Amino acid sequence: MAERRRTGRILPSLLLALALPMWVLAQGTQGTQGGPNANLDEHVNRLTSELRCLVCQNQTVADSQAELALQLKKEVRKQLAQGSTDEEVRAFMVQRYGDFVLYKPRLNSSTWLLWGGPLLLLGLAALLVGLYWRERRAAWDGAPDSVLPTEEVHS
Amino acid sequence: MKRFLIPLGLFLVMACTLALALKRGDTQDLPSPLIGKPAPAFNLSQLDDPAKTFGPQKLKGQVWLLNVWASWCTSCRKEHPVLLDFAKQGLVPVIGFNYQDQRDAGQQWLTLHGNPYRLTAFDEDGRVGMDLGVIGVPETFVIDKQGRIRYKVTGPITPEVLKDKLVPLLKELQRG
Repeated sequence: MAERRRTGRILPSLLLALALPMWVLAQGTQGTQGGPNANLDEHVNRLTSELRCLVCQNQTVADSQAELALQLKKEVRKQLAQGSTDEEVRAFMVQRYGDFVLYKPRLNSSTWLLWGGPLLLLGLAALLVGLYWRERRAAWDGAPDSVLPTEEVHS
Repeated sequence: MKRFLIPLGLFLVMACTLALALKRGDTQDLPSPLIGKPAPAFNLSQLDDPAKTFGPQKLKGQVWLLNVWASWCTSCRKEHPVLLDFAKQGLVPVIGFNYQDQRDAGQQWLTLHGNPYRLTAFDEDGRVGMDLGVIGVPETFVIDKQGRIRYKVTGPITPEVLKDKLVPLLKELQRG
């Protein structure tokens, strides 16, 4: 028992010790962070995190090191530096690569199901639960004694 | 038994949806938002002669193909014989678009593998390629007499795509 408690305490610190160098390494690859343009860097990073890398489709442009992603990052930086708004940069990307480039798709005729789907499902679930309850209550009202002991029904 | 029908039904609906999505599948085949829109204007130097330039406006009134390629692109080599064949037929001008390449590497590649292009525009840094929405090479655009992009092939043109899709479309556009 005491043995187990000790490993329980050591394990998290061990994991932390292992994770720390990874974190340091990950910081190293960011490269452009800090410096005089920290604000712009941060802005570019934030905006490109919303954009899909077209070549490696499960990554954001911000995360990807693919040639096209690097180029798009450069372009976003240039446009932001020239004073373009986020919306203008997004429009620039959508005009060239389609809605697919946005990780947060806009609401339009082809995406309404995507946005409305969860609500629709919630509604459906509520409906089913409602129906189920009504059925159960009807069963209790009809023949309470035969379904469950009375004290359970009224408690 | 009856109580299992609803979950079973839901499961089947879900399975069908997923199966359909899988079949539709390849997101590489993204429809280009540029289809139906005018080809973006550009003015690039030509691959074999930096002094000469090319832009889509020079081919207004003609139906033509714009083929995006690069010397570093391996699938372009697969596509190349198909293009060489097609260019020999002389149906429409085929314009090359050398994307993110080096001038001498591009020229060497054409000497080595043959040159199907009437001329090749040289997009060294890929900035014009960005306006064309180029995602990977090769890509091919069909441009009509009014200078609008009518169709886009992502990936290498196969003999089937050429025969079943491109040639009929090009002929139709030429009549129009």
